[in-house]
Amino acid sequence: MNFAVLQFPGSNCDQDCAHVLRNVMGYPTRLLWHKENNVGDADAVVVPGGFSYGDYLRTGSIARFSPVMGAVKEFADNGGFVLGICNGFQILCEAGLLPGALIRNRSLQFRCEHVYLKVATYDSPFTSQIPEGKLMRIPIAHGEGNYFCDANTLDEIEANDRILFQYADREGDITDHANPNGSLKNIAGICNAERNVAGMMPHPERAAESALNEKDGRLVFESLIQSLNPASTTA
Amino acid sequence: MKAKVIITPKAEVLDPQGKTVQTALEQMGCTGVSDVRVGKYIEIEMDGDHDEVKAKLSEYADKFLANPNIEDYRLKLED
Repeated sequence: MNFAVLQFPGSNCDQDCAHVLRNVMGYPTRLLWHKENNVGDADAVVVPGGFSYGDYLRTGSIARFSPVMGAVKEFADNGGFVLGICNGFQILCEAGLLPGALIRNRSLQFRCEHVYLKVATYDSPFTSQIPEGKLMRIPIAHGEGNYFCDANTLDEIEANDRILFQYADREGDITDHANPNGSLKNIAGICNAERNVAGMMPHPERAAESALNEKDGRLVFESLIQSLNPASTTA
Repeated sequence: MKAKVIITPKAEVLDPQGKTVQTALEQMGCTGVSDVRVGKYIEIEMDGDHDEVKAKLSEYADKFLANPNIEDYRLKLED
């Protein structure tokens, strides 16, 4: 099982994602420069966080036209698993692989802190291994994480169980106070209709190893690995 | 030809920058402000006649310069 982690000018979580996939999870992982036009033998693609192309014009708007994103779209259209984290989520929305957009946080502040996430569905390749009822504690770091889509799209996302994570308080209640950016329905992560493409603003790769005393994020990668190869043992 | 692209957040999209600017205006004593929207303004120099430039820029504004999920745009061409 091989992973590819994209690298755009301005990506800054690419090495963290590659470190977790290679050294913590133990799978071969290739960094894929934005000028490449195929994803090679990758079984899953991670679009990492950062500030691709300086966030110019809109977050993710320029990255989506890079050659590698054409290859990622083709990979996703053929059922390949794609996980976008933070700027990766913004890029996948701009590319039309996920609906909606991430706009400026309602507070106008760049929010860099730990949040609690309620898992809204376990029926996805990205959440299947998370123990039921577990509240995930994972950091966020973004200025544009305010999820927005039109009312029809939101109805469609909810009706089809496509919300993966919602910002919650430490009791697991989804409240306005626990919403760090103003996202509709406290949305922190969603997947596409086919459930093979996901985006999330929190950074699971920053909370994935015991050395950091932060392991909740690892469950996202374990889910992905389990979905790619049900025979694998990742515990 | 010079083209101007004016991009604004859609009416139904929360515009925290606009709200903050509105509050600041009110705090400075500027009365009667009922709404503020902060957008983007892009100037493009481009060869071609009016219709060509308009058609081309409409296409690229739809797919790149503005995000139809969250933004509206207006094109102004200077002959």
